[in-house]
Amino acid sequence: MKKKKRIGAKIILGLTTLFFYLPILYIIVFSFNNSRSLTKFSGFSLRWYEKMFADSNMMNAIVYTIVIALLATVISTIVGTLAAIGLSRSRRVLKNVVEQINNLPIMNPEIVTAIGLLMFFSAIGVEKGFLTLLLAHIMFCTPYVILSVSPKLRSLDPNLADAALDLGATPFQALTKVIVPQIMPGIISGALIAFTMSFDDFIISYFVTGNGVNNISILVYTMSKRINPSINALSTLVILLITLVLIVVNVVPIMKEKRRKRI
Amino acid sequence: MRQFRSMIYPYVLWIAIMIVVPMLLILLYAFTKGANDVATFRFTLEHFGRFFSDAVFLDVLKRSLVIAIWTTIVCVFLGYPIAYAIATGSEKSKIFWILMITLPTWINMLVRTYAWVGILQDDGLLNKFLGLFGIGPFHMMYTTFAVVLGMVYNFIPFMILQIHTSLAKMDKSFLEAASDLGANRVQSFLRITLPLSLPGVLSGITLVFLPAVSSFFIPKLLGGGQYVLIGNVIETQFLTSGDWNFGSAISLIMAIIIMLSMYLTRKVDTDPAANGRGE
Repeated sequence: MKKKKRIGAKIILGLTTLFFYLPILYIIVFSFNNSRSLTKFSGFSLRWYEKMFADSNMMNAIVYTIVIALLATVISTIVGTLAAIGLSRSRRVLKNVVEQINNLPIMNPEIVTAIGLLMFFSAIGVEKGFLTLLLAHIMFCTPYVILSVSPKLRSLDPNLADAALDLGATPFQALTKVIVPQIMPGIISGALIAFTMSFDDFIISYFVTGNGVNNISILVYTMSKRINPSINALSTLVILLITLVLIVVNVVPIMKEKRRKRI
Repeated sequence: MRQFRSMIYPYVLWIAIMIVVPMLLILLYAFTKGANDVATFRFTLEHFGRFFSDAVFLDVLKRSLVIAIWTTIVCVFLGYPIAYAIATGSEKSKIFWILMITLPTWINMLVRTYAWVGILQDDGLLNKFLGLFGIGPFHMMYTTFAVVLGMVYNFIPFMILQIHTSLAKMDKSFLEAASDLGANRVQSFLRITLPLSLPGVLSGITLVFLPAVSSFFIPKLLGGGQYVLIGNVIETQFLTSGDWNFGSAISLIMAIIIMLSMYLTRKVDTDPAANGRGE
């Protein structure tokens, strides 16, 4: 009985894997296709990659996506960590209000956040482009950083920082030498979420950008109206990049742990 | 411990400007006319009237809800067995499979949706596969099937993870007690596992329904240009026709529908009468 059940589970999980990974594999395979077809593989070639690297629109989109993601990650991680620390010390009323507002961009459909920002930027007269894109990304990444740092702060002994201050540390030292190291795992996972959120974002970016500043998602969306195998090459690049980030983030701590155990 | 309390104030200012003001702008635009010009600015409900009196928009709303409900149903019925299969495995295999489910969600949604375009073509992979069994070929691209499939593909991980969490939290000794007391496996599943995992199913439903109602690039990529859902209407109002007042009103309607559905699911969750099959 028990064995039979495991076979059933294995079949279900096998099909699930196929369902999740087949499309990803498909796009990678067809990025090396020799012809324009999305359905017939007619031989290996790198022509779509050559085309991608020669296409200034695509290269610009890749650069913008990475630059925005890195800037948004750094800024929202710092802002979010400081805000979370401040929040953990705030009075309950303020804390509740900030937490509720903080949840809005997470709970709201993205398109609602997007049109709100679009109207806001136009109301204050900022031209749509790099700056609005960056501000929007910081806005929707920071709540995730706060959500990921806050639980670590809750389990932190509040006397630790007091002790540091009593022993003559400046508030800045107490912050950087005592509090931050303790909540580092939360900060790192917050930064990772922020990076992938920004890197993958389509809806909000699509509404708030302009002036020819596009990210990869917007480009895929606008190009997908016609069959264009360069999208496959671009997609493969995106998949490889994110996989690399995930591997580094997941494997490096394990390696460190192993090395520590060996010592 | 007040040293760090003031660190929250810059963020309060930031969210007031970047989160609260844009939300207020949506409200303002939805209920006014000529908001771009202060002189002609006045309160009105006509955008809502226009939406609910136009058969075209009501059709779009109905189609969006139907698609979102279908997506949610498919996600529940596919997601539950998957979550169950994961949760009944060993600790090690649990970690592995959760990672396998989570990994694709880190990859750009647009890219993953676009990947289906090749698979669903008339001479695509899926039809070739079905052809091996003498079935088909079916026309799948630009149909409701393709749109629902795209949504299920994108959103089912949320469902699986939610159900898995509540299954993993379940106290296994209940099942032992049930079998000691003579319950067979079907009985103990229906009377213990299912009711105890219901909160996971319900939060999964919210997490799937919300993005499914508001999605606009999945219908565009897999449903084609004529396949209009409510998200597409909002997109058009803002980026093509430039009618921000009407667009704001529509997104407000959508937000209210989502809030209502979340409220209803939460009510089922806390309502002991609906949840009490486990006694």
